[in-house]
Amino acid sequence: MDLQIFLLLGQDGVTNGAIYALLALALVLIFAVTRIIFIPQGEFVAYGALTLASLQAGKIPGTVWLLLALGLVVIVLDGVQMLREGRYGKLPSLLIFNLGWPLLCAAVLFALPPGDLPLALQVLLSLLLVVPMGPMVYRVAYQPLAGASVLVLLIVSVAVHVAMIGLGLLFFGAEGSRTPAFTEVSFELAGAPLQGQTLLVVAASAALIAGLYFFFERTLYGKALRATAMNRTGARLMGIAPTLAGKLCFTLAAAIGVFSGILIAPITTIYYDSGFLIGLKGFVGAIIGGLASYPVAALGALLVGLLESYSSFWASAYKEVIVFTMIIPVLLWRSLTTRHVEEEEE
Amino acid sequence: MSHVIPSHLHDHEVILDVRDLRVAYGKVEALHGVSLSIRRGEIATVIGPNGAGKTTLLSALMGLLPASGEIVYMGHAQGREREVEALVRQGMTLVPEKRELFAEMSVEDNLLLGAFDRYRTGHRDHLETLDEVFEWFPRLEERRGQLAGTLSGGERQMLAMGRALMAKPKLLMLDEPSLGLAPLIIKEIFRIIGELKKTGVAILLVEQNARAALQIADVGYVLETGEVTLSGPSGELAADPRVVEAYLGFGKKH
Amino acid sequence: MMRHLPLIVFVALLGAGPLLLPEFTVTLLNYIGLYAIVAVGLVLLTGVGGLTSFGQAAFVGLGAYTTAWLTTVYGVSPWLTLLIGIALTAAVALCLGFITLRMGGHYLPLGTIAWGISLYFLFGNVEFLGGHTGITGIPTVSLFGWELKSAREFYYLIWLVVLLAMLSVRNLLDSRVGRSIRALKGGAVMAEAMGVNTPQAKIVIFLIAAVLAAISGWLYAHLQRFVNPTPFSINQGIEYLFMAVIGGVGHVWGAVLGAGLITVLKQWLQDFLPQLLGQSGNFEIIVFGIAMVLILQRARDGLWPVILRRLPLRSAGGPRQLVAAEPLPRRARPAPGSVLLDASEVTKRFGGLVANNRMSLSVKAGEVMALIGPNGAGKSTMFNCVSAVNPATEGKIAFLGESTVDLVSRDIARRGMSRTFQHVKLLGQMSVLENVAIGAHLRGRQGTLAAALRLDRGEEARLLAEAAQQIERVGLKEQMFEPAGSLALGQQRIVEIARALASDPCLLLLDEPAAGLRYLEKQALADLLRKLRSEGMGILLVEHDMEFVMGLADRIVVMEFGEKIAEGTPAEIQSNPRVLEAYLGGVESAA
Repeated sequence: MDLQIFLLLGQDGVTNGAIYALLALALVLIFAVTRIIFIPQGEFVAYGALTLASLQAGKIPGTVWLLLALGLVVIVLDGVQMLREGRYGKLPSLLIFNLGWPLLCAAVLFALPPGDLPLALQVLLSLLLVVPMGPMVYRVAYQPLAGASVLVLLIVSVAVHVAMIGLGLLFFGAEGSRTPAFTEVSFELAGAPLQGQTLLVVAASAALIAGLYFFFERTLYGKALRATAMNRTGARLMGIAPTLAGKLCFTLAAAIGVFSGILIAPITTIYYDSGFLIGLKGFVGAIIGGLASYPVAALGALLVGLLESYSSFWASAYKEVIVFTMIIPVLLWRSLTTRHVEEEEE
Repeated sequence: MSHVIPSHLHDHEVILDVRDLRVAYGKVEALHGVSLSIRRGEIATVIGPNGAGKTTLLSALMGLLPASGEIVYMGHAQGREREVEALVRQGMTLVPEKRELFAEMSVEDNLLLGAFDRYRTGHRDHLETLDEVFEWFPRLEERRGQLAGTLSGGERQMLAMGRALMAKPKLLMLDEPSLGLAPLIIKEIFRIIGELKKTGVAILLVEQNARAALQIADVGYVLETGEVTLSGPSGELAADPRVVEAYLGFGKKH
Repeated sequence: MMRHLPLIVFVALLGAGPLLLPEFTVTLLNYIGLYAIVAVGLVLLTGVGGLTSFGQAAFVGLGAYTTAWLTTVYGVSPWLTLLIGIALTAAVALCLGFITLRMGGHYLPLGTIAWGISLYFLFGNVEFLGGHTGITGIPTVSLFGWELKSAREFYYLIWLVVLLAMLSVRNLLDSRVGRSIRALKGGAVMAEAMGVNTPQAKIVIFLIAAVLAAISGWLYAHLQRFVNPTPFSINQGIEYLFMAVIGGVGHVWGAVLGAGLITVLKQWLQDFLPQLLGQSGNFEIIVFGIAMVLILQRARDGLWPVILRRLPLRSAGGPRQLVAAEPLPRRARPAPGSVLLDASEVTKRFGGLVANNRMSLSVKAGEVMALIGPNGAGKSTMFNCVSAVNPATEGKIAFLGESTVDLVSRDIARRGMSRTFQHVKLLGQMSVLENVAIGAHLRGRQGTLAAALRLDRGEEARLLAEAAQQIERVGLKEQMFEPAGSLALGQQRIVEIARALASDPCLLLLDEPAAGLRYLEKQALADLLRKLRSEGMGILLVEHDMEFVMGLADRIVVMEFGEKIAEGTPAEIQSNPRVLEAYLGGVESAA
């Protein structure tokens, strides 16, 4: 391997690693706040990428139907409860978020030919279509199981993942898509070409991480999420409801997922089920961080990206085997360094 | 400090009126029909030995445990479905026995989160409230950048109380504020509790440290094995020998 | 006989099946059987043990590929490859389990997802395993000279294995080892304190689940006569878990129900959904995913209990009758008055917080020592230090003259110390008898295999007889076969005492035994403790009911702020001004 190939592979690794890092952060966040191991994180990546691809192809993405359906389920679930408890004041906001919003999105899609919109608007529209599904999924699948054990929540996560994969196949078909690059600019670094797209992904990821840092360190809502992660009872006594924290987390995680999908769509061909493996690579990073440390998770994810890239050079066929087998030594190391105190559940 | 007083409250208004409160863990009833009431600007204390159900009482009032019985708060009878977050919004706060601080956050962030629900509902006066809390607890201002987990026991209690005051409560419930603290610090904490009532907040003080609690309280209740066995003005209770019996089990011996 | 009637009917129907049913249905039933074998393992692992794995399909694959490769390339006998496959699977499971089971429960499923994906890609890429096309020409299996060539013939082998798997798992659960497995979910601390090696129990059930999966894989390979990577993907691993959860994750019959339901439903949905949606694809997973979420929200225990509730016959939970048995041997009693426990200068810190500061106390054989003090004084912490549930930071604790520094709680239990817990730790679904029998865990030695093969009955009867005797002794004979969770809290505390006694201890640690008891019950408890004392037992007691303590204890140690502030007889303690102040508090300015 010469320097040029080394740099090229490194570039690929960092690009993918940056995406995995974003996902790892979202996974750590959700686990810390809600104790949910969010397997469907990857599906938001695929939905984001494929929704954008559909818009660019001038098609109505199937995700709009899912948004409408989820919104209706939430309205039925919450609406019945609100009516029963006589809390009429909350009905308008429920209807606006879960019915008005999806209908507005649908109307925009049918009124404007999506294929002719400028790229920025297509990206925005993809975010607006898929991100609200985050809190909706939380409401429908997880909120009724608030007191359940990590194990039960994990099985629910897998079930949600499976359902979302099936829906992805229904909406987007079995064909993969790749969106055009956001930029064709290219530089040269030590004799190797440096893609503008790579820089864009790394810069966007860095900006998003900085934004997350600002949110958690400087805003009261961010602090409220951290507080819930640290001490659930304490947070409730401050009026921070676990469901509020849960929805907020899922919104962030969905946004991170969709954003990652949009960034990765021009680099790799995304299929309806590609999200799973992408999300799991984020997981390997998150596990390196013990599902607790944000910086270690991000670095771990970067490492996964690099490992994947270099192993694809030496043993292309075994790329996935190597990446996922890496989790074993990581777990061994974790298991030898942490003294686990048995938590008693149920 | 007068800002802490909710201005629309009238003197001697009954803030909380509880009748026949029952709490059960599964099939086992832990509180058997407890009744008590607290007025604005008053300190009511519930004293009693370990395991009498004092913490259970506060947890039930705060909505952390399901309870049956009648709870009238600020003149409104409360329904069966009581949620902690809704009660916080109505001005009820609890400083729990375990303090439940956010250990890996600074003192200042802990305090600001005390005002979270007010912030969320559009009351953006948390910085002024923060200054008021610092006036009550100057120690916290000195430590504002320090992580809550590194504070001493007394400072933790102060932080827990300060955080509760950030919500501008109408009813402040304190669960064993003296727990595990040295006598001098207990004295300081109780002095502040005594002062706080002048702001008009109603205080429900649950204590094992009966003497200190009765000294600052207006009324007292003695809770024994889930029942109120004695109640009355705190001065009278302090002199009642039956209180000592309740604690040390002398009664049957003499 | 009535109890076994449904089983007999089921077996009869099974036996008649291939003679009457069309080829397609027999094939379907073969698959249901193969899946059910894997699901039985998951019932044990997930439903009973509270652990889970998404990598069972990979274990199936390991079993299938091992036999496929060895029989086709080296011509090894399928019966030998079965053993090799099992050994290989067990080795892998042992490694995975050893690595992940030391940590939180969610690391095992995450580890198995990664392992499942790795192995799938490995199968698909390794050339000598045929890559994505797989291996063909796997030989048939012969059973006593009978060559199982057709699906109808193979059917009997598959369902024989299913029945054996269910039977042995049921046998296992109804045994000494089984009780410790059932304690894993929600009772691990208690089980450890009763002497159960819980990490080992976890590994054992993970091994059993993996081995069952490998056997299913071996059967699959010889039924199909070819293998490729597809049926061993992570998606199939997820489907196995769905079968166990939907059927009823706590019941072996739930495994068969779940396997049947998912397989039939999948068949039907794969025809129906593409027609409905006008596209081809595996859309049944949408239905399965949503159904799983609903099941977990509405019927966490799956469908089997729902069916059971509608049937007139109730399945017996645990033993209902006792068999007469020889009593278990008892340990040698230390001489009355000899020191059992000697703790000196014990300090326990939690981070910066000092919960116990240089605490000292001792307990002699034949005395009741009470540890009292206000809330938060550190009494339960001291208890946890002494029993090594949460060991001390500094200081010396000697039990029967031996330092306990390097011992974990199960080692201490083995040496004759037993305890109850402040927050009752019983397994609510299990009967009082079975709960108490956990206390006698260390007095038995029969292992997993003996239990599965029912070779442990003699010892089991003695263990249960011992448990029954202790239950009678504490006065709960009437409640012996009721679920422990249905008792009043006070009675549950008494069950904890019976459980502790079942271990034949010489030192008993009781954490608030009288809380929640009525007056007469308290008297009965005091009488029991006096009797135990007179038999030479040492008792260390934490209790808030002062009347109870003062009337019972020989000596009392009073704690405040984690330190000892007084020690003496009840009379001395009651007149000690420092104690009075600790309890009632003192403010300097108090008038």
